[in-house]
Amino acid sequence: MMNIIVVGLSHKTAPVEIRERVAFAPTDMARPLGEMRALPAVAEAIIVSTCNRVELYAGSHDPEACVGQLKGFLAAYHGIPPEQLEGHLYEYQGEEAIRHVFRVASSLDSMVIGEPQILGQIKTAYGYATEHKTVGSVLNRFLHKAFSVAKRVRTETDIASNAVSVSFAAVELARKIFGSLDGKKVMLIGAGEMCELAARHFLNNGAVSVLVANRTLERAVKLAEEFQGQAVPFEEFPQRLHQVDIVLTSTGAPNFILGPEKMEEVIRQRKNRPMFLIDIAVPRDIDPKVNKIDNIYLYDVDDLQGVVQANLKERQKEAKKAEVIIDQEIGQFHRWLENRDVVPTIVALRKKFEEIRQGELRKTFSNLKELGPKERQAIEALTAAIVNKMLHPPTSVLKRNQETASGSDYVDAVRTLFDLEIAAEEDDGELS
Amino acid sequence: MSVNLLLFKITLLFYTAATVLYLVDVVRRKEKIGKTGKAARWVLVGGFALHCATLLARYLEAGYTPVANLHESLSFFAWTLVGIFLLFDIRYRMTVLGAFSCPLAVILMLIGSTTSNTVKELNPALDSWWFPVHVTLAFLGNAVFTVAFVAGVMYLLQERMLKSKKFSALYYRLPSLDVLDSINYKCLSFGFPLMTMGIISGAVWANSAWGGYWRWDPKETWALITWFLYAALLHGRLTVGWRGRRAAIFAILGFLCLLFTFFGVNLLLSDLHSFKAMEGP
Repeated sequence: MMNIIVVGLSHKTAPVEIRERVAFAPTDMARPLGEMRALPAVAEAIIVSTCNRVELYAGSHDPEACVGQLKGFLAAYHGIPPEQLEGHLYEYQGEEAIRHVFRVASSLDSMVIGEPQILGQIKTAYGYATEHKTVGSVLNRFLHKAFSVAKRVRTETDIASNAVSVSFAAVELARKIFGSLDGKKVMLIGAGEMCELAARHFLNNGAVSVLVANRTLERAVKLAEEFQGQAVPFEEFPQRLHQVDIVLTSTGAPNFILGPEKMEEVIRQRKNRPMFLIDIAVPRDIDPKVNKIDNIYLYDVDDLQGVVQANLKERQKEAKKAEVIIDQEIGQFHRWLENRDVVPTIVALRKKFEEIRQGELRKTFSNLKELGPKERQAIEALTAAIVNKMLHPPTSVLKRNQETASGSDYVDAVRTLFDLEIAAEEDDGELS
Repeated sequence: MSVNLLLFKITLLFYTAATVLYLVDVVRRKEKIGKTGKAARWVLVGGFALHCATLLARYLEAGYTPVANLHESLSFFAWTLVGIFLLFDIRYRMTVLGAFSCPLAVILMLIGSTTSNTVKELNPALDSWWFPVHVTLAFLGNAVFTVAFVAGVMYLLQERMLKSKKFSALYYRLPSLDVLDSINYKCLSFGFPLMTMGIISGAVWANSAWGGYWRWDPKETWALITWFLYAALLHGRLTVGWRGRRAAIFAILGFLCLLFTFFGVNLLLSDLHSFKAMEGP
């Protein structure tokens, strides 16, 4: 029977020093895929390589040998002593392999649960493998199944909702305050990577203009150009505060640069239109008392981290629901895999022929009522002999090729030619 | 049991079912409207249609607009509330608004079902077409302000969570502060004219029935107090930029006044507006 094997390592088992050494360059996948497919125990091959994981997926008739060969291949290809790699590698077969790939594709095994990139990366890996013709019917179907499982997880659970980065968390909070961010104005006080990232997110989500204030005006001008905004001399930013809805601060100032008195005045000038202040600086730039003012919402770095943590926890809860979905899907796929084995195929083939024979006999006997028991017996024996003789060559070919790479092709051919698809798989309408 | 009472009970059943569905939908955390939310809306629409039939049956049976005793008034109040909510729902599509409003309609109906529902003669002095005009305007105003109250409560909850930075599951389901505040404003700009016209039409009716526009009976007084409260809020919104939390609190206070005008006065204080005054000799 064709088995699915996974050998690999990920951020959970290997440090980046190891991961970077075994990564495969996306520019040249032909050679590793070709070499992997050429391993004696490997019938089908896919290589997934991202910055967080390197995994080899194989279809094989000889799982034990296959695991060893894959490990050897990974070490040899990258010129690493196998014993150095051994401790970091994991290996899965059969149902466990299926579960692993479903979980990876559904982003349950990712560093940030629910992150969306991994599915795309697996699709790309699958693309390379089909391009270089190293996948056959089993991995083909397996990967498509993995994609549809990932899709189900994404639509049926909330695993990917709610921000898990500080800057996205800020955008989500702003949405809960302002509704739409369209037309909202942003002020950037001070510079800093996180601040700029957040400003960019705000712009991408509808905010229109950016005022940039910095102690060095040149830096402000440069940043303003980048955002197609406007630079403001640092001393003047307090006078412009009432014009903006969202303020991001990250100056290196040792003391608060904004206090409640100033902000009370600003909010009066704004006729109470709400403001969202995000203080990313440490030490903080804005006096926390400002949060007490009506219609002003002040978040510092810790607050945003708290939101992110809560969202992560929520994702973990959703991940439990996802595991249930995966459990269901594993069973289904495993049945399909077992059914396309040689023995059940032969059984199904014989059953099909026997049904045809019985059907035809019934018809004939009901037309020829004058036949005696002796004649009937003779016709029975005759038809049974014909069926047996006809089925003998295909049966023995299937059995002979059971352990070879082309075995599954024969199984596929027989199943297709005699229409032997089995009821276990009815849900593949929407494979991408 | 007469037709209208049977219909009343079925309507109540529908509203209760819709409420349960809305609550179930809100407890689940999905942000978009799920199947339960949609089901809730359709059950509510069905309930509303039944309610229309209930009122019509009652009208035919009694021969006057059925707002002459507490049972009828509560039913009418619930009817306008559901109607106004459904109107808002077309614009805002928020199950969470339903989850907050529907229980109120159910409560009104439940109280209504415990009060005496016998049809009595209407005092002929009051039988004028100002009667339906007055009560319809007044109750539509009430219903709109009830939605404002609901939005106010939702606003305060959401604001509390955003300020304290502690988020419950409700945070994800409640709309943005901006949306809630705009509901407040919209309710005010529809509710206030309705209420004003309700009071004026009442005065005109009073004049034709009793020969005087205004008598300072408790209901009139409390209606006026409520009117001033909403007038203050509208004024504050338009001129000084009152909004958000303060507007929400005002909407809640206004609603409490409204409730007192409706229940308290009827049950405790009133003379002319009490339902006894509605009955014929």
